[in-house]
Amino acid sequence: MKPEIILYVAVMAGVTYLIRMIPFAAFRKKVKSRFIRSFLAYVPYAVLSAMTIPWVLESTGDALSAGAGFAVAVVLSYKGFSLLTAALSASLAAFVVGLL
Amino acid sequence: MVKKSFKKGFLDGIPIGLGYLSVSVGFGILAVSKGLSVLSAVIISMTNITSAGQVAGVTVIAAGGTLIEMALTQLVINIRYSLMAISLSQKLDSSFTTPHRLLTSAFITDEVFGVASTGAGTINVKYMYGLVTAPYIGWLAGTFIGAALERVLPASVTAALGIMIYGMFAAIVVPAMKTSRGTVIAVAIAAAVSCAIKYIPALEFISQGFSIIIAAVIASAAAAVLKPVKEEPDEA
Repeated sequence: MKPEIILYVAVMAGVTYLIRMIPFAAFRKKVKSRFIRSFLAYVPYAVLSAMTIPWVLESTGDALSAGAGFAVAVVLSYKGFSLLTAALSASLAAFVVGLL
Repeated sequence: MVKKSFKKGFLDGIPIGLGYLSVSVGFGILAVSKGLSVLSAVIISMTNITSAGQVAGVTVIAAGGTLIEMALTQLVINIRYSLMAISLSQKLDSSFTTPHRLLTSAFITDEVFGVASTGAGTINVKYMYGLVTAPYIGWLAGTFIGAALERVLPASVTAALGIMIYGMFAAIVVPAMKTSRGTVIAVAIAAAVSCAIKYIPALEFISQGFSIIIAAVIASAAAAVLKPVKEEPDEA
């Protein structure tokens, strides 16, 4: 590993650990502010959305196969298929469209 | 259903571990395709244990972002774990001494939290260590397999596997959108802001890491104002 990568990973892991550890070790009360509770509840979904759209289109090196794969994942997720099924099916669809 | 033994925890963790095994293959491929070594990819999985944060972190590294950007990105993306940790801390019995809390907190993920925090009664440390074992092994093994295969598999296959982690994101987000109008709002605004930053030339100076932070903060704040959650945070 290059030294600069070690720095990046140290910051990444350190911040992520503290976020989990501090409240788990110390915090015993519930968050009272309704706005903060709501904000925190929505953050994971907003983050996943912003990480996926539009960047998923670059994930296979070809927007058409990526779009097809992602569409399959969305439809299967909507129909209630598992995380594993949705992820593998997205790959399969992207692979097939990539061959066309 | 008493959550008091290592064995019970381990068995409960197996489905999570299998899911992580497949998804982390996608992370391993992504990391190596962005220029990281196999060792770096595995160490990131070993020390972070979170899909979204790791994908964003690798993105920041690949883009040559600053350490401040890395810290802020991880803070925003992973802050939800604070909420889960607070919630889960209410379910722990007296076997969770401070050293055990310091160690087990590192393994709190969305799925582990979901399994550990639901159901009646408290959990003890044996159950917690059992629960996180299979997910951790699956996460590391999948990362290694994906990172190692990136150089071996044909480009057409690794390209297709690169989308897998986004398929998993869809499987987390879409079902939640069916039951929560606020989630729909948050997801839609985040996607719109993210696209705006990427495609509007005047905003193209904003890096991808900051783009995620800006989109998520605006979208979550808007959704929190428009649709405040009614339930306890662990049920939102």
